[in-house]
Amino acid sequence: MSETLTAPSRAPLGRRIKRFMADRPLVPLIILLVALVVILQIMRPGIVNERWIANTVKFAIPLAILAGCQTLTMLTGGIDLSVSTVATMSAFVMASLAGHYGAPAAIVIALIPPLLIGLLNGVGAGIFRVHPLIMTLGTGLIGAGCLQVYQRSVIATGTKIPDFLTWLGTGLTYGFPNALLLFIPIAALIIFTLSRTGFGRLLYAVGDNEKATRLSGVLYGQVIIALYMASSLLAGVAGLLYVGLIKAPSSLSLAEPLLLPSVAAAVVGGTSIFGGRGGYTGTIVGALILTVLTTLLTILQMPEGARRILFGLIILLVTAAYLRIVEDR
Amino acid sequence: MPALAGRHPRLQSGTIEDGAPLTEELILDASGVAKSYGAVAALRNASLAVRPGEVHALMGANGAGKSTLVKILTGAIHADKGDILIRGKRRDVRSPADARRAGLVPVYQDASLIPDLDIVSNLRLTATPVEPFANWVKELGVPDLDLSEMARDIPLAVLRVLDLARALAVEPDVLLLDEMTAALPANLAERVLDVVRRQSRAGRSVIFISHRFVEISALCDRATVLRDGQTVGVVDMEPGAEERIVELMLGAKIEKQRGFARRQASQADAGTRLSVRNLRVGTKLADVSFELKNGEVAGVVALEGQGQDELFAALSGSLRPSTGTIEADGVPVKFSHPADAIRAGIAYIPGDRTEALLMHRSVRENIALPFSARFRNWGPIGMQKERTIVGRAIERLQIDTRAQGEVQRLSGGNQQKVTIARWIAADARTVLCFDPTRGIDVGTKREIYRLLRELAGQGKSVLFYTSELEEVQLVCDRAIVIFGGKVVDVLPAEIADEAALTRAAYGLPRNATADVGILADLPATNGAAS
Repeated sequence: MSETLTAPSRAPLGRRIKRFMADRPLVPLIILLVALVVILQIMRPGIVNERWIANTVKFAIPLAILAGCQTLTMLTGGIDLSVSTVATMSAFVMASLAGHYGAPAAIVIALIPPLLIGLLNGVGAGIFRVHPLIMTLGTGLIGAGCLQVYQRSVIATGTKIPDFLTWLGTGLTYGFPNALLLFIPIAALIIFTLSRTGFGRLLYAVGDNEKATRLSGVLYGQVIIALYMASSLLAGVAGLLYVGLIKAPSSLSLAEPLLLPSVAAAVVGGTSIFGGRGGYTGTIVGALILTVLTTLLTILQMPEGARRILFGLIILLVTAAYLRIVEDR
Repeated sequence: MPALAGRHPRLQSGTIEDGAPLTEELILDASGVAKSYGAVAALRNASLAVRPGEVHALMGANGAGKSTLVKILTGAIHADKGDILIRGKRRDVRSPADARRAGLVPVYQDASLIPDLDIVSNLRLTATPVEPFANWVKELGVPDLDLSEMARDIPLAVLRVLDLARALAVEPDVLLLDEMTAALPANLAERVLDVVRRQSRAGRSVIFISHRFVEISALCDRATVLRDGQTVGVVDMEPGAEERIVELMLGAKIEKQRGFARRQASQADAGTRLSVRNLRVGTKLADVSFELKNGEVAGVVALEGQGQDELFAALSGSLRPSTGTIEADGVPVKFSHPADAIRAGIAYIPGDRTEALLMHRSVRENIALPFSARFRNWGPIGMQKERTIVGRAIERLQIDTRAQGEVQRLSGGNQQKVTIARWIAADARTVLCFDPTRGIDVGTKREIYRLLRELAGQGKSVLFYTSELEEVQLVCDRAIVIFGGKVVDVLPAEIADEAALTRAAYGLPRNATADVGILADLPATNGAAS
């Protein structure tokens, strides 16, 4: 009755490519990833081999999990800046308890503080309507403070990283990183949740139009509390994996360097910080892109400052270009 | 593309050239305008020619492309193709500011003030002179507007008046009014029509979009009719022109004007579904009592701002009443969240579609939204089952699903249908419809009327607020008239004609012998004025 379909074949080639990209936002991201790898290979012939790929994937995985936290929260128009503290926390608690109680118990106990912080974030953002940026920044700082206090007891008991986590974090099996054993189920779960469950639908819906969800009977607070608890749990798991990879829980800012890249990975992967748009597959590719980019900049042998400038510029450019390609106006 | 040599070849079958000397200069002449969004063509070949001092109607069913054409003419969006001549000169309108400089000023379908700014700041944004603006606001029937008020605190109808005043304040040569009167109560709408007439008398042109034929025939000189993105004819407004316009609008699928929404046999013995007693909400709704029976469509009629918004908000769980009781099936209920009302089987369909829809999500997700609301339904979705249920609702409402990927690509009428389909799919027992037919075309309106009657036929109950009084006799079994926050009358449909409803809505007693002409002398009953 209203709009009329025109034959798509009549559109000019440029528009058709644009439409193709808009329908499949993953394509330009994968093209960019491949391009970066090719550039790397040209600059350092021979660097791209099986070992390098395995290593890149290994380092991209904790980032991708943390970026998953950002993807989920960003879909509702939020963000989770407490993930680095939460990850460090679970790693630290686990390492300090593993010697005493054994690895399984230590891991279970280590995931309790993350859940508490997630609950706090959810109640703050969902019930009291504190902006998630402020709320998670606050709880992140509080968590970091608690960790410092806790550290004193750790010095007394000493830390231990279970062999199992080291194997998971660093080991390779037939050339594949063992971390994939953890990551593939997690990624599958997130993707399935977002596309095929009521909870996933609600995340998009709340981010798109909160008022509409309210009129449809959605309890905002309930959704947000569950969301931030899930986000913190993911961050806790990422922390456990990361400490297995780094093998040294000595620093209190263990996962700190991953915080902003986790936000960047989600944004580069096409998730809108305004909510309602995005998905986890893009985020995974985004995490890979950032990891490769870091390698690329490292081998350029520039001063640290210049490298950071370049890193920031590239993220801005990629995000802007990507939005232009994908948004069909 | 150069200016076409033989202009308006498409109009030769119409009546445009008959009366007008060919030398008369057109103030606005658009031809061959086309615009596509992806694979969806909103406009294919639209044209519009406006003479100086003319009130020109732009007609068409929902989705015919009226709003798109207006937005192109005023620079809000860019056409893919087409020529726009202003005073005979070809002009590339690149932005709304460009259009203003050329003398084209629009009032769009949706309120356009920025909610978080006060009115003065809003005016400053568009460099609108304050004094003429304030004069126009008074002229339009809003006597005591506070310019330092935030736009978000102002009721929708007044916002529309402010939009119009803002446009008038810059003295446009061509004023484009898109569904200006749709959200207005009768008293304010009448003022708007007056102002339009005066513009025309002063030699200025007005392009007028409306679905109300009464207004079109009373006001307009000519009408351009769009169908499926094309101009299909230009009609001189003379007696009988309405029929011709409807024919053009509907094209091949001409239907009879009357004969829809027959009322069913009375449901004398039906039980009471909702019983509202002495309800008081906020400052506007003072004391309202009524009952809604199973199988009934009850109309709510009120002038703007008489407490109807608060009534619907309270019944749907969005606002807590300060006193009074609501009973559902004889059991007292207290709603503190819409979820509570939904659990009691009461669904609310807001008048403003943007409040109800997830604009970037698919038709399917929009319709299925209530299914996922409750915690126990957060798990995996039964995709097959959902597809069936949603498909059935889409079919029942005949939603055009060609652009179903994102609801924002649907036409207004189809969007409205999606908001209703959601609660058909969820099988709500009671539906609260707030002006569901505002600004949508005749065909879709009829479908909605039929649907509401069907729901009633199934024993469901509907509370139906409408700003178009003739809808009461078409759809409702009774009309509950609210004035000053209280129920002033309940009229059975048989006697609820427009005259009776208007009298009641102004708070006049049913048997008063006063002449209707007296209505014109009553103070503008805009809440603020009374």
